[in-house]
Amino acid sequence: MATNHIVGIDLGTTNSLVAYMQGDSPVVIPGEDGLNLVPSVVALDENNQIIVGNAARRYLIETPERVVYSIKRLMGRGLEDIQDELKLFPFQLADDLQAGEVLRIKIGERTYTPPEISALVLRQLKRNAERFFGAPLTQAVITVPAYFNDAQRQATKDAGRIAGLNVLRLVNEPTAASLAYGLDKKKHGMVVVYDLGGGTFDISILKLHDGIFEVIATNGDTHLGGDDIDNLLIAIALDDIRGELGLDFRRDPRHSGEAIQRIRQAVIEAKIALSSQPTAKLDVDLPGGKKYQREISLEAFEQIIQPIIDRTVGPCKQALKDAGLKPEQIDEVVLVGGSTRIPKVRRLVQDLFGRVPHTDLNPDEVVALGAAVQANILAGGSEITKEMLLLDVTPLSLGIEVAGGVTDKIILRNSTVPASATQYYTTQVDGQTNVAIHVLQGERELARDCRSLARFDLKGVPPMPAGMPRIEVRFLIDANGILRVTAREQRSGKEAEIDVQPSYGLTDEQVENMLLESFDFAEEDFRQRQIIEARREADTILTALAKGKKNPAWQDLTSEERSKVETLEKSLVGVKEGDDYHAIREAIDALNQATMHLAELMMDTAVSTALKGKAMDDTDLEEGPQAGHPVAKAEFE
Amino acid sequence: MRAVHFCASCGKVQPPVPVDYFTFFGFPRKLNLDISALEKEFYALSRRLHPDLFAQANPEERAFSLEQSSMLNDAYRTLKDPIKRTEYLLRLEGVELEEQSKQATEKARATGKLKKQVVPADLLEEVFELNMHLEELRTQKKIGEDDPALLEEIGKAKLSLEEKYNALFNELKAEWNKWDKFVDKGTTDGAEDDRRKILDKMLDVLNRRNYVRNLVRDVNEALEN
Repeated sequence: MATNHIVGIDLGTTNSLVAYMQGDSPVVIPGEDGLNLVPSVVALDENNQIIVGNAARRYLIETPERVVYSIKRLMGRGLEDIQDELKLFPFQLADDLQAGEVLRIKIGERTYTPPEISALVLRQLKRNAERFFGAPLTQAVITVPAYFNDAQRQATKDAGRIAGLNVLRLVNEPTAASLAYGLDKKKHGMVVVYDLGGGTFDISILKLHDGIFEVIATNGDTHLGGDDIDNLLIAIALDDIRGELGLDFRRDPRHSGEAIQRIRQAVIEAKIALSSQPTAKLDVDLPGGKKYQREISLEAFEQIIQPIIDRTVGPCKQALKDAGLKPEQIDEVVLVGGSTRIPKVRRLVQDLFGRVPHTDLNPDEVVALGAAVQANILAGGSEITKEMLLLDVTPLSLGIEVAGGVTDKIILRNSTVPASATQYYTTQVDGQTNVAIHVLQGERELARDCRSLARFDLKGVPPMPAGMPRIEVRFLIDANGILRVTAREQRSGKEAEIDVQPSYGLTDEQVENMLLESFDFAEEDFRQRQIIEARREADTILTALAKGKKNPAWQDLTSEERSKVETLEKSLVGVKEGDDYHAIREAIDALNQATMHLAELMMDTAVSTALKGKAMDDTDLEEGPQAGHPVAKAEFE
Repeated sequence: MRAVHFCASCGKVQPPVPVDYFTFFGFPRKLNLDISALEKEFYALSRRLHPDLFAQANPEERAFSLEQSSMLNDAYRTLKDPIKRTEYLLRLEGVELEEQSKQATEKARATGKLKKQVVPADLLEEVFELNMHLEELRTQKKIGEDDPALLEEIGKAKLSLEEKYNALFNELKAEWNKWDKFVDKGTTDGAEDDRRKILDKMLDVLNRRNYVRNLVRDVNEALEN
């Protein structure tokens, strides 16, 4: 049991964390740099090495077209519904992307689907945890926004799988936060969790009693967060710059990437500063040499962000309505997510619920800590968690498209999960062996206004006269909030085979392939690194040899020795630029061996020269061949 | 009688047997129900059946727990709400709920025809008058006219309907008591007629109540627009 670690992972829009239960309390596992937060940023360096986290952020300014951030905004979504995102974020779509295909994003010369990019972040967290435990990690609990739909959840699960993790459970972020909050057994009553993160907003209302965390209602907006505040400020700055300095970066493809990232950095710093100061300064070095400087007052800032923050009010009111509660009946409000540090947000929450929100928990870490608690429960529980039980709900109604393009709701929103519904179908045509079902999520009347989840094709219906078959289709939403469908023709008792076409996701086969590819890729990347290191080493030894040949000691070698060295030198130069790592390695070793005598002779000269009183650095003593530092940039001629 | 969720000897979770929701909870098939007892049982069963408790168990147990807990949640949801509970019982007893009948709805939508909606006899006059008023209101709104007297009439009608709505619930509760007494008596000769009578009456009350609810909704819509 001790070696079977299960961790909790917060896969956030802006930052990600991994945590586990250490005795009685959950703790975050830091990265190698000692930091708890891993920015959800992925970059490809010049050698096409994958860089994740803080190290990747530096590339945002240097080579913005080789970096991706906020990929969570694209998870489980299709080309048609990300048009807004494409305007606000520097996502580059793959050149050959077809309509209806799963999204692919360009990073440098490579393309990745959003789950693959998220998997790279998860891999980094996995590595951090494995380093910490000194043991492999295979199981995790991953959090998702409560308002994530089926496709978005499935994409998150796929990302876990591609990263080599068995995702035991997807937990809703506000629910996870409530676990961290309610770990203290005395906590009971009606609790609201207001979660405003980098890209998503959730509000959940829970009833806490006797260790049971029961979600009563949940609502939210999966594209609303700190990113939107940043983008608004960036837009204002760009307009400002155009007006004041006459530079229109929006129309300058060569510099816009870098300019926007520099402005973004400044804007984020200012935003954070304004949480504790009355004014903040923007000071940006623009490409081309000019500077953009401006002061923002807290008042101006609050006015600017008002419309964004106001968007959280609707979901809060709807959740209260669904729960059948008035604000006075709420006992506690818990704030989650970096954006809740903004004083205006806190005031809004206070006004909405008529009470001062609870801010003791670190809003950046509380979700990961809660996920760790859930991981502990799934692992079998410990003393402190054995009485705890999570009862969560599905956030969106599940419906079937029926004649007339209307949605027939079969499982209502805020139903406790697991939840199921059974529908009966029959055939229209004699001998019909297939039945098609279109499943949707959402609250609207018309199918076209709801979110298409998947099309299910029931195959293998025994051929019968039209209207005879009685096909029982069971829809089950599991504890992850993901739909499963089973079907059976009742008269024959035959299980129907179900072919699922997810509307926005990857098929199981695609996920498996990506998982295999990621192993290959890891090997490929590793191999590349080996070659680079070997080339460096070769260069060092060749440079040393060149100097050595000028040394008087060279003449002390026999002509055979000299001839051998030069043959091997030529040989190394020949294989050095190739891709055959072993050939390079062998050539290096051979040359090393052959030049040992020369090195000794040169050493003697140095020593005898030193003994003669000459300074050591007057000699041509070179450092012996050494391996290049594994992390240093390779230099190519 | 209550459903067996766990084996008596080894304690392992069992495959769910297709039982009705009342049996699942170990409650008699009666309509008056102690909600707090139901809630208590729900939490107790959740603590033992929830998938989170079987995360490390073998796939078979995990599958059983998933089935059992979804049935538990579905059952709780249905029995907790008085109307859903009534509708469920009617379905169990073989009564097809006409208005909610999915086939009827689908057929109506497919053919574009109106669903057969019977106006409850005691409401005929009221409904007729109200519909006239609503038509008048809609016409007036189109041409931008405002008639406070009309609005007051409609407001009164709405109040009357809301009162009827509440009264119908009490009527339903009266039928509940009849049903529960019937169940207590156990099966006797001639019981089939009694059984049918009570069920039909409940269906009738539900339909009328739905009709009134839809009417109130129409009024609200007309007033808002």
